[in-house]
Amino acid sequence: MNETIVTTNRLTKRYGSHTAVDAVSLTVHRGEVYGFLGPNGAGKTTTLRMLLGLARPSSGSATVLGRAPGSPDAVHHTGALIEGPGFFPYLSGRNNLRVMARFQGLDDADADAALARVDLASRGSDPFRSYSLGMKQRLGVAAALLGEPDLLVLDEPTNGLDPAGMADMRTLIVNLARDGHTVLLSSHLLAEVQDICDRIGVISGGRLVTESTVADLRGRSALLVRAEPVDVALAVAMKVAGDDAAHLLDGGGLRVDAPAAAAPRLTRDLVTAGADVLEIRPAERSLEDVFFEITDADPVGRSSTEES
Amino acid sequence: MDQTLNSPHPTGSPARSDAPAQSASAALARSTRAELFRLSRWPVLWVLVGVWLVLNLLFAYVFSYLAYRSGSGAFGTADVAPDRLLADLAPEAIPRLLTNGMPMFGGAIMLILGALATGSGYGWGTWKTAALQGPGRPATMGGTLLSLAVVVVGVVAATFVTDLGSAVLISSVESQTLAWPELADTARALGGSLLIFAMWTAAGAMIGVVTRSPAVGVGLGLVWALAVENLLRGVAGVLDGLEYVTDLLPGTAAGSMAGALGGMDTADGDGAPGVLTVLDGGPAALLLAGYAVVAAVVTVALASRRDVE
Repeated sequence: MNETIVTTNRLTKRYGSHTAVDAVSLTVHRGEVYGFLGPNGAGKTTTLRMLLGLARPSSGSATVLGRAPGSPDAVHHTGALIEGPGFFPYLSGRNNLRVMARFQGLDDADADAALARVDLASRGSDPFRSYSLGMKQRLGVAAALLGEPDLLVLDEPTNGLDPAGMADMRTLIVNLARDGHTVLLSSHLLAEVQDICDRIGVISGGRLVTESTVADLRGRSALLVRAEPVDVALAVAMKVAGDDAAHLLDGGGLRVDAPAAAAPRLTRDLVTAGADVLEIRPAERSLEDVFFEITDADPVGRSSTEES
Repeated sequence: MDQTLNSPHPTGSPARSDAPAQSASAALARSTRAELFRLSRWPVLWVLVGVWLVLNLLFAYVFSYLAYRSGSGAFGTADVAPDRLLADLAPEAIPRLLTNGMPMFGGAIMLILGALATGSGYGWGTWKTAALQGPGRPATMGGTLLSLAVVVVGVVAATFVTDLGSAVLISSVESQTLAWPELADTARALGGSLLIFAMWTAAGAMIGVVTRSPAVGVGLGLVWALAVENLLRGVAGVLDGLEYVTDLLPGTAAGSMAGALGGMDTADGDGAPGVLTVLDGGPAALLLAGYAVVAAVVTVALASRRDVE
């Protein structure tokens, strides 16, 4: 399971004085869905383009499936959709896939199968230029699936899809992973990554800020406490969980960095101290909280954000 | 519309990993098949080829024949003996006149074709998609050039057949004895046609890759082929030494090829625009082949080395 499919070592891309990707070192293991998460312009696509051989790194190195990025062998075992689908506008969706199948030495049946897999068979004879954004996106995924690649690189694959299409795309990605494909997925949609990814790398301003499992990132569990008077509650919480573990939230609530198992003791101590306990519950941090924490603040001096 | 994305095949043995490691020639063959598939379904290709064939038919045969029938001096054929005019329309004259429209008009059309065939892919994003399929970028662009070479052979063949059909038809209508062209002369004319069109097509493909834009590529290519070369030749008349450069320009080589095949030897004694007698046939052929090879090498090298946008 821990066989490495993609590794990068201080991968860097500069455009003039602008550093788009700055010493990114990440690893993707076989069979996992790896989420590459970051705001727009963070360097996600540029990193993926280097992994696919579309762009040359300014410095640093990378290995994809044990080979140099962009080498015919590496590309042959990789399927990718990057920066939106690029197809011949005058050809039908089916013929576009047939062109790509020929590049791979596959036959027309493979192209038709890929078309069916993204449910475009019924519109396969229509010209690509007549497709909606969502259909174009799905055709791009079909081209990436051609030939059953070991590694799938999908750059914001749900772009332009409606909610149903996004759900279907997530199902497809999960199924692909279950079938043994490794998926490297970039996204700025946190919910998407949270639901389907095993591990995620967060990139911001060209730098890989953190790389971890979703569970680890959301990690430290917390308790949400509403009790009055607030100053008494804060004092008790600091006594129970530690001085740095209690945070005052807007609206008078408290977030206490403590496991759910600490709730009974905290409640007892609050009551003993004379506070009225209005609410106490585990507060699971969403990936969104973590994400803004990491990308807004300095990675070292992570500041707490309020519950949303 | 049902947007369900079907789940993957239950048998998850990845087919790509089972594929044998591909050799360079196999990759080139695959790319050529792919490029022929999409080029042959490209309406622009058929429009450009159609425009060339119609222009060639009109200027080489229809207008001259109408001038002959009316006995007037239309289309620059004033004061030309009618039998001389008819001689240019006979099958026998084809080796002399096959290439007449190619150095400038035909060449410009093939340059447009080459520039659009490569330049459009940057706007469509298809070079990116093709680069992700695995044959490698040199093979992919090599496939495009080989496919364009097939197109050039087809266009030259179609031009020859059009000319031959027109000439035979006119000779029959005018009850002339059918005099067939010499085989060796015909082969030379066909070879010259291939070289002229191959050079302009490769030059167009190169400009399309250099500019990464069909519009800029076509625009720059046409300005060069139709204006700059002629202007330079004009300046060379008053500026000593410049003719050594203008004598080696692509358009000079193409025009000289048409001229060497006998393109000047027409009823009005002037040939078509672009037909020149600056170089002999041999040097012109070498120069054309050289330009075509250089353009092809630059095209493949640039497409392989630059980042794909």
